[in-house]
Amino acid sequence: MIPLLDVAELSRRFAVGKTAGRLMRLRRRLAGSSDPVSQVHAVDDVSFTIGKGETVGLVGESGCGKSTLVRLVTRLLDPTDGIIRFNTRDLSLVPARRFARDPDRGRIQMVFQDSGESINPRFTAFAAIADPLRRLRRLKGQALKQKVEQAASQCGLPLELLSRYPHQLSGGQRARVGIARAIGVEPELLVLDEPTAALDVSVQVVILQLLQKLKRELGMSYLFVSHDLNVVRLLCDRVLVMYLGKIIEAGSAKAVFERPLHPYTQALVAAVPRLGHKPARLCLTGEPMSPIDPDPNVCRFYPRCTYRDSICATNMPALERRGSDREVACHFVEKFAAAS
Amino acid sequence: MTAAPALLVEDLAVEFRTRSGVVHALENVGFAVSKGETLAIVGESGSGKSVTAYAIMGILDPAARVTSGRALLGGIDLLAVSREDLADVRGREIAMIFQNPRTALNPIRPVGRQIADVLLRHGNVTGAEAPQRAIELLQSVGIPDPARRARAYPFELSGGMCQRVMIAVAIAARPSVLIADEPTTGLDVTTQAVTMDLIGELAAKNGMATLFITHDLALAAQRADRIVVMHAGHVVENAPTREIFARPLHPYTAELIAATPDHAARLEALASIPGALPDLRRKNLPPCRFSERCARKTAACDQALPRIVAGAMHGAACWNPLS
Repeated sequence: MIPLLDVAELSRRFAVGKTAGRLMRLRRRLAGSSDPVSQVHAVDDVSFTIGKGETVGLVGESGCGKSTLVRLVTRLLDPTDGIIRFNTRDLSLVPARRFARDPDRGRIQMVFQDSGESINPRFTAFAAIADPLRRLRRLKGQALKQKVEQAASQCGLPLELLSRYPHQLSGGQRARVGIARAIGVEPELLVLDEPTAALDVSVQVVILQLLQKLKRELGMSYLFVSHDLNVVRLLCDRVLVMYLGKIIEAGSAKAVFERPLHPYTQALVAAVPRLGHKPARLCLTGEPMSPIDPDPNVCRFYPRCTYRDSICATNMPALERRGSDREVACHFVEKFAAAS
Repeated sequence: MTAAPALLVEDLAVEFRTRSGVVHALENVGFAVSKGETLAIVGESGSGKSVTAYAIMGILDPAARVTSGRALLGGIDLLAVSREDLADVRGREIAMIFQNPRTALNPIRPVGRQIADVLLRHGNVTGAEAPQRAIELLQSVGIPDPARRARAYPFELSGGMCQRVMIAVAIAARPSVLIADEPTTGLDVTTQAVTMDLIGELAAKNGMATLFITHDLALAAQRADRIVVMHAGHVVENAPTREIFARPLHPYTAELIAATPDHAARLEALASIPGALPDLRRKNLPPCRFSERCARKTAACDQALPRIVAGAMHGAACWNPLS
């Protein structure tokens, strides 16, 4: 079966420091300088697939490249290298600034992190939900009104709230507007960037259950970005764990959280507070290594890893398949697999 | 309760006067924290957790007014003392860690200087010693290369580092009570674990009483000795951590536990809490502010709310508690 989204060897690097910027580039060229430009390797050689109707979770700490990856997949940002194949078409060939008018724009939609910040404060809920329908589906008049009301009621947003502005809505209602706006154009892939991070637990539950219901009804696939591993465990079929631009572990959400194999995933899972568990002592020490021009031969996790050995400083471990549904990038994965 | 508590809050009530009416933000809030104990205040946004902390610290918004109550810290009522006396106590005896470290620190002052400021005001050090003491404090909160970091500005440090700096500022004068208002919100789980470990270690070492404010019930369960649950400006339950999860008395506490994601194996098993917080500007607020959302409401709920007995092991402000 062909996956809906097939991302292969995707990379994005940003120039930084004194050598960044257009003027500096020109000046360097005129001066004939050949020193390499310092680069942040935000996303580095990432490959994964999302099947039809599948929910894939993306976890990792802040600064690991989650958001850059999301912006690449949603085509808000151009990749440096790699392929983003969506329904067999390579979207990485379409420049980001032209993708807004691309027919596939409506098929990949996004729900942003803080619905209070990501909805235009001068748009009513109706206008916010109608905007993508006007632009991408060319709907107007009665047809537009009908479609907006349909999307709103699918998201459990009472129709009498459609005339309100974002500041007149509660956090949960704003989250519903953000979701209704994204699903109105009937996307095939919905990318959700921490959709419940700003919500209280009681509201979070309702929104998560709404997302699950919508997926069932509309047959969408989800790429769900979150730092809350408990939420990812409940909502996602598969999970990708990112560390400093690389995917270091991937597999079924249940298996990864029950039996994490990569040392970073182990620390991450252990650090999640859980009712009735004493805090784990498996904590990360030290600071992560700099993402600026990292040594391609050193494991990115090396400075913080408790199991590191000399091979980790000379050989970057590749993401390798372990069993039927697990990929891990670590030299000592055999040891962890045997121990657990 | 053998020794006198390090911080005792009684009958605290706070109002905000706004254009659209008086907001009854807090009513009858009371709890006690002993030396070396960690007390977590848990509640959803709008429940009055932070207002409680701000009232104790005397940093409420000018529109707010404390209408009743006492906050006793070593025999001093923080709500009654003069501004000058409060300024002496704050920082020396009671200190606070704020939610967003990057905005709470002064952006145009090196972090070492900000720690030195507190030391010079409260810490009995001379101007010449202060920079060195600041570096030692940065070391004690686990910042690598402290001498170099002391000269850094907040924007040059990561979120976790800024939080450590703020902890260093707070503990500089060795206060007896530390208030931590959502100290790890916005940090990664791994950084959160390290930060909470650090606060716990420092509290144990210095015998500090810690008032830990959070919306994360699971985090409170791991880190606190005792939990106070707040809802719409009321303390609804106060119990030792183990007790509150084993036998929650207040219906709201039980529903909050049932809504916590790690509680369930499947998403369908999670329960939401119906209804919303009542509008605290209303004139006709019911005595129990949860009664309009409550499935266990009886006729008795229209009477004045039962008080949680001071010093009780496990108390709930409810006429029809569970079990």
